[in-house]
Amino acid sequence: MSNVNRVAGGQIERSRKLSFSFDGKRLTGYSGDTLASALLANGEVLVGRSFKYHRPRGIVSAGVEEPNALVEIGTGPRRDPNVRATVQELHEGLVATSQNRRGSLRHDLMAINDLASPLLAAGFYYKTFMWPKAFWEKVYEPAIRHSAGLGRLSMEPDPDSYDKGFLFADLLIIGAGPAGLAAALAAGRTGARVILCEEDFKTGGRLNAERYSVDDADAAHWAATTTESLRNMSNVRVMTRTSVYGAYDHGVYGALERVTDHVGAVTGCARQVLWRIRATRCVLSAGATERPIAFTNNDRPGIMLAGAVRTYVNRFGVAPGKRVAVFTNNDDGWRTARDLAAASIEITAVIDARDVPPPGDISALQGARLVRAGAVVDTHGRHALKNIQLANGDTIPADCLAVSGGWNPNVHLSCHQRGRPTWREDIASFVPGGVLPTGMSVAGAANGELTLGTALRNGHNAALAALETLPSISLDAAGAPPSAEDESGFVEAYWRVPEKSSAFRLSGAWKRQWVDYQNDVTVKDIKLSVQEGFSAVEHVKRYTTLGMATDQGKTSNVLGLAVLADASGRSIPEIGTTIFRPPWTPVPIAALAGASRGAHFRPTRLTPSHTWATENGATFVEVGNWLRAQWFSQPGETTWRQTVDREVTQTRTAVGVCDVTTLGKIDIQGTDSGVFLDRVYANTFSTLAVGKVRYGIMLREDGFAMDDGTTAHIAQDHYIMTTTTANAVPVFRHLEFCRQCLWPELDVHLVSTTEAWAQYAIAGPRSRELVARIVDDLDVSNEAFPFMGCAETTVCCGLTARLFRISFSGELAYELAVPTRYGDSLMRRLMSEGKSLGVVPYGTEALGVMRIEKGHCTGNELTGQTTAADIGLGRMVSQKKDSIGNALSQRPGLKDPDRPQLVGFKPVDRNAQLRAGAHFIEKGAAVVTANDQGWMSSVAYSPSLGHSIGLGFIRRGQERIGERVRACDPLRGEEHDVEICSAHFVDPDGERLRA
Amino acid sequence: MQIPHPLLGLRDASEFVYLGDASLLNRPSVDDPAELGSDATLDAFHEYLHLRHNPAGVHKELWFHEQGDRSWLVVTRDTTTHEILDCALARDVAGASFGAEST
Repeated sequence: MSNVNRVAGGQIERSRKLSFSFDGKRLTGYSGDTLASALLANGEVLVGRSFKYHRPRGIVSAGVEEPNALVEIGTGPRRDPNVRATVQELHEGLVATSQNRRGSLRHDLMAINDLASPLLAAGFYYKTFMWPKAFWEKVYEPAIRHSAGLGRLSMEPDPDSYDKGFLFADLLIIGAGPAGLAAALAAGRTGARVILCEEDFKTGGRLNAERYSVDDADAAHWAATTTESLRNMSNVRVMTRTSVYGAYDHGVYGALERVTDHVGAVTGCARQVLWRIRATRCVLSAGATERPIAFTNNDRPGIMLAGAVRTYVNRFGVAPGKRVAVFTNNDDGWRTARDLAAASIEITAVIDARDVPPPGDISALQGARLVRAGAVVDTHGRHALKNIQLANGDTIPADCLAVSGGWNPNVHLSCHQRGRPTWREDIASFVPGGVLPTGMSVAGAANGELTLGTALRNGHNAALAALETLPSISLDAAGAPPSAEDESGFVEAYWRVPEKSSAFRLSGAWKRQWVDYQNDVTVKDIKLSVQEGFSAVEHVKRYTTLGMATDQGKTSNVLGLAVLADASGRSIPEIGTTIFRPPWTPVPIAALAGASRGAHFRPTRLTPSHTWATENGATFVEVGNWLRAQWFSQPGETTWRQTVDREVTQTRTAVGVCDVTTLGKIDIQGTDSGVFLDRVYANTFSTLAVGKVRYGIMLREDGFAMDDGTTAHIAQDHYIMTTTTANAVPVFRHLEFCRQCLWPELDVHLVSTTEAWAQYAIAGPRSRELVARIVDDLDVSNEAFPFMGCAETTVCCGLTARLFRISFSGELAYELAVPTRYGDSLMRRLMSEGKSLGVVPYGTEALGVMRIEKGHCTGNELTGQTTAADIGLGRMVSQKKDSIGNALSQRPGLKDPDRPQLVGFKPVDRNAQLRAGAHFIEKGAAVVTANDQGWMSSVAYSPSLGHSIGLGFIRRGQERIGERVRACDPLRGEEHDVEICSAHFVDPDGERLRA
Repeated sequence: MQIPHPLLGLRDASEFVYLGDASLLNRPSVDDPAELGSDATLDAFHEYLHLRHNPAGVHKELWFHEQGDRSWLVVTRDTTTHEILDCALARDVAGASFGAEST
């Protein structure tokens, strides 16, 4: 029979029945249920197994604090582990599965751990798996890994999408309970921009769970109508299913909105949204969390928090048991008994730890045993509670025990900056203290105001006090606070039942009092921790795992502190709390990633010729964020080397075209541009004539080489600098630093134009013929447009263009730039015009081969640990002027003649294939670091020479041309004899460049 | 964090790139190129580049509005609280000290 435990009342929609399954069993519930309330309605008391001892566990709470009822939701790739059943909304077709068990939930094979519990105390792992050492990798670690963790990941890609967003508010209100709703109502009426976040799917907080009245109306009804009026205010945004999980600097808050988790799998919209909320002011009205009392076997299924019992009865119309007992140290226990009696649920006992007469009317509790100054000393029932035992030995039947040890204000978010909570004796708990996050105030139960009337006024006043500081807002329209009675809330600190006398000692090892249900931390574990010297609160947490894992000790922390205080002879405020850190509740990694995953992990930058390259068989390679053509395979080519060799050979014998748009371009203008360049480059630029280009080397202030490139003096007071692809952004940042921070008096202006111009290298002996066919009326003869010339001109009948006669390949070469939007057309035009000249497109691989053949540097050589002198450009560092890095490049260590210098390498065996990363060792010397002479930085197969060649750094390299050493690669187990040679393998005198 | 940009108002810290101690504004000047490699010059640059204060408290530091208007800013921040006490354009700060030196 389904829904056996339903009782009258509640805020569920009984007209909307929903079917779901738990461990394969088909069950039904109603719209408005959580998975937990629906399970309880169907008499499913056993819902999980504890982490360490695999003890049978049931639902403890009715909210985010739940330590026990963690389940897997969904199937296949959508299976989500460790979902709190108390938070998961019921929806049609929901599939829930219990976790952390081997075999069935009722007959978990790992329950053997419980019998071994005397061996599994705190610190067990640290003490046990020490020896034999060899056992760690093969035996211990696999065994521990197998038993570790709770739920299982699907191990499949997440099919859902996630998003991120920004929100702005004058006032953010966290929590829509009585204080939060009162705050929102007051603030909303003033016209301020208000965001009200509630982690539940229904606003109201405890108003939905108690039989209270607000403004003479039923409290839940008041919450619903108030929320409705808030939703109708255009300046108020009510966000349910939204957890504010962190309070960050300067009024920034992180919030997770669960958009579709309450309806199951949905495509076409984000499943969850991670919001970054910027709020000028914030009211934290996050309520309070009830805490349990420690007594022997207090973890059996059916033992619940009293407030949760009221929630299930009053909000969900579910009786958590047929015969309920209550154990309390405050007046809430009595309210629980009265609420249950009003729902016609049998109360078997109310045990008050205080020596006080029952507060309020007890006429409804006839038939129940009422115990004053009493205690529950033990409980029985394997998979479900059967009875409880009192100190005098009497047993009382109960299938549900409602426990209330008082309430802990949810101070969490108030402590995310430097706040440290302070102890309040009258409620025996911590309230927010110290320095709160900027702009935050705390109201209601979160601030220790645990009664309704006070909480409502508190929320109202907190909102007004926060808004008062904002000049543009008038508080006249705020109205009066809602009114309600303050219920009685007297609490007397009572943490745990004293353990039994010595007569029970024999079985005492198995008699445990649980503090932290999720991590199976007992009173004994905390005592052991103190005994072994770990008595500081942060140490106790790490040693016992108290307060760790998914619930972060929401129900257990303060109780744990009380036990620690007792065991170490200190007071709770002396001990203090552990540090609270975000997140308040778990945030999926998927939500933190948002849309930034897979291909969208970061932006992809495409070159202007990308479409053309795709059409022409290009293979692409990632270069930073860029996708560049690596080579262009042609039919019949079976290896990439064949392709690259062809591209190199064709370029060196006819003409090749390569997209070099990715190189950084910086436009420099102003009357002091030349002076500026002199200061940022190691060599001199102010003497460069208009219409000329010069190669420049840029140092870092510490004297090492930073970047290289060419700068063209394109017009009076106008230069165009190029940087390497990788350093385009850092160099621009550096130049702005120099301009703004070092020499603001210079008249110089910078714009990054990397993406404004499409630029192509046109290289090879027939490149001039190709360029001549493209330009409109520029004389490109060697005399009129010599090597290192540049011009602003037009191509293809009037298209603005810049032409530079520079060469990275070592051939007669040009670089031609046009506005980016013409880049695709220009590539197509170059290919069609060049067809009769034998033009070939070449990719980054051929580009690399040709620059190595020519001995040009790239990032492989400019590593940040090499100097201008190391790469053979020491003479470029002008001694006639100060420039960035000039002074420190003259440090003795950087001028040491023993430093490795850039040279070329040829394998003695011409068939050998050199490897970048190999290190140079003298003949006959051992391959050890002490004998290291340098390293190979770049290698390529040179089709021009017909063998492998390399560039590398070797000690005093320039003096050692012709010498033979070994290139050793112990990582790959390779070694080759190599001959040191000039780095310029092709056309060392540069005749081709100037042809 | 949010940085009160003098031209653009409050901007999210994620738009900025952090550099460090604003003493980097005070680059030693070498008027005589012959002094470039001298011990005094090397010492001055070594101190400028490598020796920084790292206070727990108020700190003047350089931030670059890279995802914004490319202003270098001198931000005065309390490193223990992240409170931002002042924010100025670096070129104004550097310009003021340049002016002071030239008079």
